[in-house]
Amino acid sequence: MGNKITVKNLNFFYGKDQALFDISLKIPEREVMAFVGPSGCGKSTFLRVLNRMNDTIPYARIEGEVKIDGKDIYKAKTDVVALRRKVGMVFQKSNPFPKSIFDNVAYGIRINRMHSSKKDLAERVEKALKDAALWEEVKDRLPTSAFGLSGGQQQRLCIARALAVQPEVILMDEPASALDPIATQKIEELVVELKKKYTIVIVTHNMQQAARISDRTAFFMLGKLIEVNPTEKMFTNPDDKLTEDYITGRFG
Amino acid sequence: MTMLTAMCAIFAITILVIILAYIAVRGVSAINIEFLIDTPKPVGEGGGIGNAILGSALMTLLATAIGLPIGIGAGVYLAEFGDNWFGNTVRFLADTLIGVPSIIVGIFVYTIVVLPMSRQSGFAGALSLAIIMIPIVARTTEEMIRLVPKSMREGALALGAPQWRVTWNIVMPAAASGIATGAMLSIARISGETAPLLFTALNSRFYNYFFDQPMASLTVQIYNYATGPFEIEHQMAWAATLILVGLILFINIVVRFLTKKKY
Repeated sequence: MGNKITVKNLNFFYGKDQALFDISLKIPEREVMAFVGPSGCGKSTFLRVLNRMNDTIPYARIEGEVKIDGKDIYKAKTDVVALRRKVGMVFQKSNPFPKSIFDNVAYGIRINRMHSSKKDLAERVEKALKDAALWEEVKDRLPTSAFGLSGGQQQRLCIARALAVQPEVILMDEPASALDPIATQKIEELVVELKKKYTIVIVTHNMQQAARISDRTAFFMLGKLIEVNPTEKMFTNPDDKLTEDYITGRFG
Repeated sequence: MTMLTAMCAIFAITILVIILAYIAVRGVSAINIEFLIDTPKPVGEGGGIGNAILGSALMTLLATAIGLPIGIGAGVYLAEFGDNWFGNTVRFLADTLIGVPSIIVGIFVYTIVVLPMSRQSGFAGALSLAIIMIPIVARTTEEMIRLVPKSMREGALALGAPQWRVTWNIVMPAAASGIATGAMLSIARISGETAPLLFTALNSRFYNYFFDQPMASLTVQIYNYATGPFEIEHQMAWAATLILVGLILFINIVVRFLTKKKY
């Protein structure tokens, strides 16, 4: 399978502070890539480079090349709205809108005018909720507030919301860090299921989680990419001493 | 600590309750249908505040129609795009304007509207009220919008929503009840203003539906009745006060009801 995302010599700055140093990385299509590393190592910043979410931060500056499907997403004429539709995102803290469960999932479909009729909209919402393994739990309460759901359900709702606009890549920023083990397990099963259709990049602090669900793992430290390898190799026989120290818990 | 603060709370609402009760007791005896629909008449012939109620309602309505969109728009700008020197200047000026005594707004409008038109008018009155309203609405709107968590905006941006849609159908609805509360407070505030109306809208003894004519208002009518020499006028002032307070209370309750949190 080809590479969905290609990053070459990426440097990223917040004002004068450099947050990412000369990162080059290829992310293959329909695989799960996990980003691991100590807090503040730049993995979340890097994730947000991939859908230009850092654009909202003043003084943020970027050098280098980020290509998705061979197209440089930082070219001046890039349609950021279209990019974000193609590259969906799930955040660390679930962030449902103050709307009903239905309207939360329908939001992206509506703003992108993807539906042809009311019936079509309802079907798309149902499909997204089914894909996020939430449908059975919410099908009888779609018009009720999204805030009435549990934390794990809210996070799956946010995944459903991201799936509803039919992205090709899904970025996940520690999606299970605030959830209990059962809810976490559901998210993990979901990720493994979703990789059949989507390319997934997931930031996690949980080494076991990375080992369980990812095909490849990238290890970041102090804004540098230390090592990328198939997850199995990474966790059994890493190339770099730093990686080994980190995943075996010697520091971090 | 609990006791002390509780006592302060009790003290605060006790004063409010006493004021309301006193107004009610003094005012209720003079209220009847004629009082509510009649125009003022010479002392001893009865008369009422019908035209003043209408005048207040019309001017408040026009002031709200002018002030609310501008105020909310300015507040949205300040919150979403106002982190620069221009935003800071606007913010500072708005805060200053909030602190300016309302009679100064009246003098200003008198100079720029009443003198050129060589006539007091309901429009001039409404404009004064709008000027008082705009900075209050702008600042409360800004505060409320800033309370909407960044994560919610990012959630919408990440779905491919352009900035204006994020503001319009995520941030604004999330802040709606707060914005409405600010608007309600500013409407309550302007419907109690007297000073800026004294020499802009002046007063009128007649029902007047046109904004190019002097217009009666409850507050100015209360002022006239209260400063009159006769006891019967004072009674009517109390009654008009009761009506005014009642209307403000009504606005509060309606808006509370309308903005009840749905989600």
